[in-house]
Amino acid sequence: MPSSRGSLRPRDGPASLMSPPLAEVAVAEFHKKIKEAFEVFDHESNNTVDVREVGTIIRSLGCCPSEGELHDLIAEVEEEEPTGYIRFEKFLPVMTEVLLERRYRPIPEDILLRAFEVLDPAKRGFLSKDELIKYMTEEGEPFSQEEMEEMLSAAIDPESNSIHYKDYITMMVIDEN
Amino acid sequence: MNTPNLEDMGCGTSSATKDKKSEKALKAALVIQNWYRGYSARLKTRQRYALTIFQSIEYADEQGQLQLSNFFSFMLENYTNVPEKEPGLVTRLFGSSIQDKDRQDYLGLIEIPDSYCGPRLQFPLTFTDIDLLIEAFKQQQILHAYYVLEVLFETKKVLQQMPNFTHTNTSPSKEITICGDLHGKLDDLFLIFYKNGLPSVTNPYVFNGDFVDRGKNSMEILMILFVSFLVYPNDLHLNRGNHEDFMMNMRYGFTKEILHKYKLHGKKILQILEEVYTWLPIGTIIDNEVLVIHGGISESTDLNLLHRIERNKMRSVLMPPIPMDGDRAEKKNKLGTATVALGIRTSGSFSEQLTKQEWEQVIDILWSDPRGKRGCYPNTNRGGGCYFGPDITSKILNKYQLKMLVRSHECKPEGYEICHDGKVITVFSASNYYEEGSNRGAYIRMSSGTTPRFFQYQITKATCFRPLYQRVNAIESSAIRMLKERMISRKTDLIRAFQLQDRNKSGKLSMGQWAFSMENVLGLNLPWRSLSSHLVTTDKDGNIDYMSGFQDVHIQKPVKEVQSSLIETVYRYRSDLQIIFNIIDSDHSGLISMEEFRSMWRLFKSHYSVHIDDSQFDELAERMDLNKDGSIDFNEFLKAFYVVHKFDQLNKSDTKLA
Repeated sequence: MPSSRGSLRPRDGPASLMSPPLAEVAVAEFHKKIKEAFEVFDHESNNTVDVREVGTIIRSLGCCPSEGELHDLIAEVEEEEPTGYIRFEKFLPVMTEVLLERRYRPIPEDILLRAFEVLDPAKRGFLSKDELIKYMTEEGEPFSQEEMEEMLSAAIDPESNSIHYKDYITMMVIDEN
Repeated sequence: MNTPNLEDMGCGTSSATKDKKSEKALKAALVIQNWYRGYSARLKTRQRYALTIFQSIEYADEQGQLQLSNFFSFMLENYTNVPEKEPGLVTRLFGSSIQDKDRQDYLGLIEIPDSYCGPRLQFPLTFTDIDLLIEAFKQQQILHAYYVLEVLFETKKVLQQMPNFTHTNTSPSKEITICGDLHGKLDDLFLIFYKNGLPSVTNPYVFNGDFVDRGKNSMEILMILFVSFLVYPNDLHLNRGNHEDFMMNMRYGFTKEILHKYKLHGKKILQILEEVYTWLPIGTIIDNEVLVIHGGISESTDLNLLHRIERNKMRSVLMPPIPMDGDRAEKKNKLGTATVALGIRTSGSFSEQLTKQEWEQVIDILWSDPRGKRGCYPNTNRGGGCYFGPDITSKILNKYQLKMLVRSHECKPEGYEICHDGKVITVFSASNYYEEGSNRGAYIRMSSGTTPRFFQYQITKATCFRPLYQRVNAIESSAIRMLKERMISRKTDLIRAFQLQDRNKSGKLSMGQWAFSMENVLGLNLPWRSLSSHLVTTDKDGNIDYMSGFQDVHIQKPVKEVQSSLIETVYRYRSDLQIIFNIIDSDHSGLISMEEFRSMWRLFKSHYSVHIDDSQFDELAERMDLNKDGSIDFNEFLKAFYVVHKFDQLNKSDTKLA
């Protein structure tokens, strides 16, 4: 990405004499955060990203929309005639609102644990590989084959061919923090 | 007759429970899927951030590298201030080193001991020699210097017959394979040959530059490629990359590799190699349709001119042609007098360089990068070549009736990338370039009239892939280490910038202020807000304790009494200093005199506006007790400056790019 190195003129200067109202500062910070996340996927540095990466960008900003909700969001930011690319100008206002309204909050750890327990009514403490595959690829918003393989590679204990979900959740949570 | 449905048969309660049960299962599945997709997206983003960090630092380093050429010009201009013991430096940079090296001069004096059990090549070379080399290198054998030199001499001889651009044709039954940067990663080359077959008359290849530097088997890759070229000169095509440059090799590892593997004859090898590089073709044109070059183009790219120039006069990107026009006559005279005083052969030396225009044309080809923005802009990240937009691609391709540009030069996560509406393809063949798990490698197979096919791969040391989160963790930690080392090397400037904004001296800044200062000083164009959690501590109000960024790293002080600012400066410029030392040390002994050391430092100081007392530097040199009969082992000197990461198993900075 071309940088404006060599110029000591600040692109946006430090706070002026009068501090702007808190809400404005918050929005400005959101804008910068969103811009950063967007730019990382803007491979050609022309303020557009591939529509297939929009979900990743939104989730990287801490939101957890379902596939259905994501679909709706994409419809909001797409062009009238979809080009396969999403422009930053359209993405920014929509995403800012999402962040301001704190929409699509992530799932808390305990709810996630309960979900696994629902699928394990016998309370064995684990799900077999086949059971996990069945639920993930047949229920809800089914996983693609790639998503399934990816989850299995980290979750499955190869010796027992099962997923001990409590340990798995703990491991994932530690990794994120 | 309808088969009765369980639910219709009045099993009222159990069907209701069944529905409730499956509804719960549905909801549970949704929760897990939702959570997983969020987690997976965040993993991929972390991977992307790590790659961005690697890439930004790599390009910033390249930019620093190219700025050295300014320093060299500066040194030459101030030559008369330097004591007479500098002839080595001036000859290297300015004088012509092309006294035609006689083959016998080199080979005649080398004997292969009977104890040598490495591969023995038979000239004229045949395909058995290719197999021989591959087998030997798989067993980590080293090719004897005698054969290396023979191969280099032969390669130069054959390359000299070739034009600046290789023209070749394909047919439906004879596809051609194009490979990108290999950077000394031998395993990737082996994998390509395994998947795609060895080069032959029916299996032609183009290797698009950057065969060497960074990886640890640059020599082996070069030997395999050159031997294959000698066996199949019309079917194995080599293009020059920006790393086929003796000065780049000094910084990025190949010179070190050669001197290490060939302790006795390394210098000779380096000398011949320098010339061989200059004879590598600039590019390949396939079927008069596809232009294959290492970097890219600019709006002024003139293929006709490039076909005509004397390409072997392009010695290094760090040696731009010295200006010769009227108003520089005085300068020229100064230099002229100086060189005469040293008895350097200068007759015709000015005509042994390219014109400024020709030189820039070549730089554009080797260093440019495509971008989405229209137009042509100086490539500020790298410091050489330009960024060219889709309109430039169209213009140049149309001008020469070409259909496509295939280039390399940039690492891509998937090993290849298509841009500019399908007209530009980037192909990069070194997998795991930055770090294990960082990216795939790829190669292209194409023939006239068919769509190019892409083949991807990734080398892994383990027998099975580690799960994604472990791989991401690995590259993320590596990237953050590198970034922290960058920060520590600019600690003084960063603290100054932070304090400027910290009016009430609280030790804290807002996220915005911190990010602004970081970018202003480091200029890496990184997503600072997203990276902040890895670099600094934030309090509950969201404010950043800016000194926390320096807490768990410090530069090892080789001598306690010397000021931190000097240590920091030497650490920061150590790569540049490495090159400069290597150039002064023209006989590659690893030693330079104390005089040369001091005077070089003084020049460096004034050009880079470094404000450190001369006496401090002298003290440092003396204290480190590196004097061996009045000379300094500069490799040892530079190695003594490294970064310590407090919470790290590895104690020495392990920067892969150095």
